[in-house]
Amino acid sequence: MTPDASPHITAGAPAPSAESSAEKMLQPGQPTADPATSAPASSSAANIVKRGPQVRLKQLRAFYGSAEQVKGIDLEFPANQVTAIIGPSGCGKSTMVRCINRMHEEIPGARAEGKVLLDDLDLYNSSVDVIAVRRAIGMVFQKPNPFPTMSVFDNVASGLRLTGVGRNELRPKVEAALRGAGLWEEVADRLSEPGIGLSGGQQQRLCIARSLAVDPEVLLMDEPCSALDPIATLKIEELIATLKQRVTIVIVTHNMQQAARVADRTAFMLSGEMVEVGPTKDIFTTPSDSRTEEYVTGKFG
Amino acid sequence: MSAQGATPPATPNRIERFAVSPRRRRSDKLARSLVLAGTVIALIPLVLVIYYLLHEGLKAWSPHFFTTDPTGNTFFKNSDIGGIRSAMLGTIEMVALASAIAVPVGIGVAVWLVEYGKQHWFAQLVRFFVDVLTGVPSIVFGLFIYIVLIIGTGSTFAGYKGSLALALLMLPVVTRSAEVVLLLVPGALRESALALGAARWKVIFRIVLPTALSGMITGVLLAIARAAGETAPLLFTAGATNKTSSNLGEFMNSLPVQIYNDVISPTQSVVNRAWGAALTLVVLILILNLVARLVSRRSRLA
Amino acid sequence: MEAASIPSGDRSKLERSPLARFPDRALRYGLTLLAALILALIVYFFVRLVGEARPAFAKEGVLGFTFTNDWDVSAEHFGALPLVVGTLITSALALLMGVPVAVATALYITELCPRRIKAPITILIELLAAVPSVVYGLWGIFFLAPKLQPAEQWVADKLSFIPFIGGGVVTIPNYFVAGLILAIMILPIVSAISREVMATVPPDHKEAALGLGATRWEMIRTAVLPYCRTGIVGGSMLGLGRAIGETIAVTLVIGDAPQLSGHLFSQGYTLAAVIANEFGEATGLHRSALFAAALVLFVLTLLVNALARLVVMRANRSRTQPRQGGPKAGVADVAETAAMGA
Repeated sequence: MTPDASPHITAGAPAPSAESSAEKMLQPGQPTADPATSAPASSSAANIVKRGPQVRLKQLRAFYGSAEQVKGIDLEFPANQVTAIIGPSGCGKSTMVRCINRMHEEIPGARAEGKVLLDDLDLYNSSVDVIAVRRAIGMVFQKPNPFPTMSVFDNVASGLRLTGVGRNELRPKVEAALRGAGLWEEVADRLSEPGIGLSGGQQQRLCIARSLAVDPEVLLMDEPCSALDPIATLKIEELIATLKQRVTIVIVTHNMQQAARVADRTAFMLSGEMVEVGPTKDIFTTPSDSRTEEYVTGKFG
Repeated sequence: MSAQGATPPATPNRIERFAVSPRRRRSDKLARSLVLAGTVIALIPLVLVIYYLLHEGLKAWSPHFFTTDPTGNTFFKNSDIGGIRSAMLGTIEMVALASAIAVPVGIGVAVWLVEYGKQHWFAQLVRFFVDVLTGVPSIVFGLFIYIVLIIGTGSTFAGYKGSLALALLMLPVVTRSAEVVLLLVPGALRESALALGAARWKVIFRIVLPTALSGMITGVLLAIARAAGETAPLLFTAGATNKTSSNLGEFMNSLPVQIYNDVISPTQSVVNRAWGAALTLVVLILILNLVARLVSRRSRLA
Repeated sequence: MEAASIPSGDRSKLERSPLARFPDRALRYGLTLLAALILALIVYFFVRLVGEARPAFAKEGVLGFTFTNDWDVSAEHFGALPLVVGTLITSALALLMGVPVAVATALYITELCPRRIKAPITILIELLAAVPSVVYGLWGIFFLAPKLQPAEQWVADKLSFIPFIGGGVVTIPNYFVAGLILAIMILPIVSAISREVMATVPPDHKEAALGLGATRWEMIRTAVLPYCRTGIVGGSMLGLGRAIGETIAVTLVIGDAPQLSGHLFSQGYTLAAVIANEFGEATGLHRSALFAAALVLFVLTLLVNALARLVVMRANRSRTQPRQGGPKAGVADVAETAAMGA
């Protein structure tokens, strides 16, 4: 990446125009402008194409107090691809993923060590602002959790309102996010209704729209379909295929068929360690590790 | 958290545009400071009350203070105004009688609500009315007893009438806290006992009540602490007097009423006595609270 | 087809003797009777109170009594408006000053404070409820009111252009001090209920807010406060009910001026205070008027408390999530129960 004159971000130090010019600033090296921020909402806004970052974990370890849950993981998430993390319950996949957007440290007594690199930036560098990290890396949770006191519109806008986006800009961005989540058609006439009035699948897509609205670089999905019915699951899996054109996606799933359907690469975790990672097809058809083979053939987990 | 050294990244990076604006940082800091300030403000009165109680109240404490009755000689500056013995004993006697009435009745109603009444409309009605009782100003309890037992019978103030007013005040507190605790006894416990063929009353007395015991004791102690501190219900029921008496059929003194009457006195030594009595009362209540907390720790309902 | 019949043994072996069933019956009916007696007691309560108040209402009319501005003992004329207004003023002051502080303490304890000091601070806040009202009155009249007078006078002088607040002579017992003491007294209840509601906010929502890149305060503003709004309102109303009915502490710091012509820093009166002060020597119509005041007070607290419970119930019902801490019959639950009410 070519360095330019813009000030670098240090935790706590102001980047005076970072907020207002963020929308207009092109990412260095980015081949296309981000149409979501400059073009008015149109049906093509759903298919934003953008070069996502590559995410790399280097010797990532996660602790709850003194108990080590994630034990020294090296893993790469290629840009604009979907990587699935599979493994039995309790193997640490959710914990590892929550280290990527630095949510793990929110738990009292929990901490993480190692590096998480977003392209060349180590997110655990002490000069990096954890709040910026969390905004840059979106998260979709297992159980759909739209804010219960807010309408559909307000839910999607909630992240935008934090940075004081003006009222005129809100509407097109909300619409773009809803289109990006494949939900616009269904809720266009219900924007002021409570978010929790939607069906489970719609609520989850609402949460995806909420995350998309702030234009993240990466999207983490922690078993996003486990509380949904098969049709809703399918819709979200289709969505993932389009979303990967604009963000790098990491999806935790205990459903191997799902991993096979949506993921370009799959990583298998066991007891806090990375056992094997590779193209999804290889992991499922010709795994190199015997433990992987036992898991994918259903011998345990 | 691994510290890679505080050297900032030299090249612009993908998360720059997400940086938190100074305005947001300031709001965050300001809001958190305000919340902390609010908490400190809430604690200031507590500190000040305790400080003044100790500062003024300890001055009045002495063996004489605790062992003599108020003399009523408040007109002459250096006369002996006495202590607070009758007030302490009166409070103890009246609160004891009030508890003897309110605790069995309150727990009885709670047991009925949880074991028999449950969600039946009648039980909901009773619950509603007990809730109503919770909100009644304490002086109204005193007035009610006055109407029934003083106007109604044509007689005058008496200690037991004060106890009745206090009992009315304690009743909803005991009932509601007992109900809360009884509801926490797992239904499975009752069912296994019943399935073994035990009679309902046995299940209640041998299994449910013992399990809920420490929780209920906590509730009772807190109700007692509350009753011990109440003044208004006693003003027009037990009256006030200076002498110690074990006859609850006569006028009876109490700590809160003693304090109330002493506060408005022009004589400084009487006011000092009020502080001493106030400190005594607060110590009594704190001890009850402390015991309640300790009992609660041993609760079998975790 | 006939079902196979059970060999008829002696069924009477399965029955319990009437004697064995007696304790169960006795308990059940006894307790039911008890519950019914409580109901009857409360109704009787109300009836007797109305009966004693009737002469005063007969003379002035119910609305006349409540809304006429003229409480004149010597002229035997009893219009309770200054008392009602005084009650409302002091209670409103209590809410204005007490609720924000109480919510702040609840927020601090549940969201911001380090884990280790959570329990001690909670206990300290609850200790405020352990102080009896007569002690608050004593402390109020001998320490707080005198100490505040210079500051109050300064405010009254500086803000003399604002009606009701400024421009008057500050007396030591006044509405403001009464409101302040009431605020301190309702703090524990409002804080306890607010804390309860805040503890039930599902962690999911808080994480969703943080995941969007919210600062701590933004997370509270987005995920915690909106969720708790109803519960906090309910708690405040319970505090209001308490403030309306509080007698002794207010009596000692408000003076005894049943007039509407005062200002914030002048003496005033409330329904409860007038009863406490005047009942001892009242006879005849005067006494009946005081009973009438008690009735008005009773009805007022009843309405506020009923409304409050409705609101709190609604807030709890729509939250089907279990409490984060699990149900423990700790002192907090029981203490909250014990502290509620006048």
